[in-house]
Amino acid sequence: MSGIPHDHYTPGTGIERWLHSRLPIVGLIYATLMIPTPKNLNWMWIWGMILAFCLVMQIVTGIVLAMHYVPNVAQAFASIQHIDRNVNGGALLRDIHSNGGSLFFVAVYFHIFRGLYYGSYKAPREITWIIGILIYLAMMATAFMGYVLPWGQMSFWGATVITSLFSAIPLVGDPIVEWLWGGFAVGNPTLQRFYSLHYLLPFVIAALVAVHIWAFHTTGNSNPTGVEVRRDSLEIVRKDTVPFWPYFVIKDLFALSLILTIFAVFVFFMPDYLGHPDNYIEANPLVTPAHIVPEWYFLPFYAILRSITDDLWIIQILPINGKLGGVMAMFGSIAVLALVPWLDTSRVRSGRFRPRFKWWFWILVFDFLVLTWCGSQPAEPPYSDISLIATVYWFGYFLVILPLLGLTEKPLPQPETIEADFDAHYPPKSDPTPAE
Amino acid sequence: MIKTRIIPALAAAVIALPGTALAAGETHLENVSFSYEGPFGTYERLQIQRGFQVFHEVCSACHGLQYLSFRELGGRTGPAFPEAQVKAIAAQYEVADEAGEPGDTRAAKPFDKFPANTGADAPDLSLMAKARAGFHGPYGSGLSQLFNGIGGGEYIYSLLDGYRDEPECAAEAEMDGSYNTAFGPGGYPDSCKDEEGHHTVPGSWIAMPPPLDVDLVEYVMHGGPEGDGESHAGEAPEATVEQMAEDVAAFLMWAAEPQMTERKQAGLRNILMLITLTVLLYFTNKALWARIKRKE
Repeated sequence: MSGIPHDHYTPGTGIERWLHSRLPIVGLIYATLMIPTPKNLNWMWIWGMILAFCLVMQIVTGIVLAMHYVPNVAQAFASIQHIDRNVNGGALLRDIHSNGGSLFFVAVYFHIFRGLYYGSYKAPREITWIIGILIYLAMMATAFMGYVLPWGQMSFWGATVITSLFSAIPLVGDPIVEWLWGGFAVGNPTLQRFYSLHYLLPFVIAALVAVHIWAFHTTGNSNPTGVEVRRDSLEIVRKDTVPFWPYFVIKDLFALSLILTIFAVFVFFMPDYLGHPDNYIEANPLVTPAHIVPEWYFLPFYAILRSITDDLWIIQILPINGKLGGVMAMFGSIAVLALVPWLDTSRVRSGRFRPRFKWWFWILVFDFLVLTWCGSQPAEPPYSDISLIATVYWFGYFLVILPLLGLTEKPLPQPETIEADFDAHYPPKSDPTPAE
Repeated sequence: MIKTRIIPALAAAVIALPGTALAAGETHLENVSFSYEGPFGTYERLQIQRGFQVFHEVCSACHGLQYLSFRELGGRTGPAFPEAQVKAIAAQYEVADEAGEPGDTRAAKPFDKFPANTGADAPDLSLMAKARAGFHGPYGSGLSQLFNGIGGGEYIYSLLDGYRDEPECAAEAEMDGSYNTAFGPGGYPDSCKDEEGHHTVPGSWIAMPPPLDVDLVEYVMHGGPEGDGESHAGEAPEATVEQMAEDVAAFLMWAAEPQMTERKQAGLRNILMLITLTVLLYFTNKALWARIKRKE
């Protein structure tokens, strides 16, 4: 790989040279594992590895669950009970898989907000960021379709509500929805195609992850200071970085082990806490649940969707109705996320050196939590009003605050190098006066 | 043992005080401390046996239990009926005979599942304890479930014990079914709403008539699994409505998840292992970085 100067693999034995001249795969693995990594990365840089682990865990447990699950409306719900009650280790597999989806999203939200705080999306890492957003979209599609598979009441009605959103599109909306359903309502064709896509998309995600890693291995990792690794020579690179193996592999494994301990508390002691009781009722197209709520990780966007109503003046003056407005706002809320590399005008990368940015950023985090809570509440005052304010802030942050802040804010001085930042925290022993 | 609360805790009275406004569908819930709650909670064998007796003699007249196999009644961490008794219980139920003509039935065997519901609109009870939440607060966040559990058992208990005389405000209304303080989604008369449409009494009207009455069941205390040698004869509690409701709620929680105890036991082992691994990795990581961080 190009990018930061680094050690190269040199095949030693005859067999290694034979393989290397035909397929330099060992060299590729070596370059990937030994990539020079900024030595000042903090604990917010663990989430990428957690996410990679989650993907593997979901694929492995999912493949085994697929051996016992029946994608048919007449048998899907019963097959889940079959897995829980009769398959050896089946309940555990299902609890890991369903709670694993939640862990996946916890990790991705930390990962995304870390990127937003430290400006990881800024040049030259725009492609890494965009691929990341694509991964996130694919994750949402996968999780949504996966939740439909148990064919409980929330599965069915969640699928009905979300697919019906497409009917808001003028002219072609209704045909699109029927095309998605494979009929005139959510039914067996819908369940079967969702099953097929739920199996397919994780492998698309895996491919996107490979590109994501390739991209940031080309640019190098970002780091908490936002100062780039010096690339003048291998010697200087070694002052700013340590190889990924073993330093960050072990650090990430420690973090993973700790997070899995907390995860195990959910899996073994409250496996249904993050789910919804209604999903233990078999899907019934004739009975609508009192409150249709998506899984917690969709709630912020669900709140944005519902915050746009027909009675808003902006909807009154535009040639669209509240439903279409809500759908546009929901997709728009992720689109602004994808555009953030160009919306943020600050020349300073890391939020650590942006005194005013910090405030707006933490309000955004709070805003996200408020949206999550509003999404779980009925669409009535005061929740609908709070949702609307929170939605306006979400867009305001990306479309107004970030562009203006970069132009007006006076950033704090940044360290010259990663080495200087690191030495400030861990002063060299030979130095009699620590550089505090 | 039983704490009283209204969701959200507005008043500690069974019927809300006059003038107290309740959100639509607001219900009354009794918080029962079941033996299966908490990280170390297990099913209490004799209670599950009694609960089964209530199901068998009362509920099964209308309700099915289609995902539960008879053999599971012998489960070590559940009712743990002796094998012979499991066979005898199964034989009292009729299931479809797939070897015979269509429509033929035969006596069930331990490997069969309980029949589905036998009529009316009675919902299947296999998953009832997981399909209802008892606790929702605070502010609908569900965070209280972290401490109380999801509360399916409490819901079943509260519903079975929640039949009350019709409130005065409904005296003129012609309501179908029975008034129940724990049942949310049923019919509700306008005469019991205030000017703003808020409910003035908790619960609603449910189609199921009150299923339990004092001494409806005569508890028979069974022994443990074969070779156990314990005798529990003479220990039978009085069959009050509260007792039967609590027993059958515990039984239905077991029916919804017969392997809960095994799950928790596995959890303890896994978490101990993960904590050990985490501690080891912590020191490995510390030692590894010591040179880089100039700490050695």
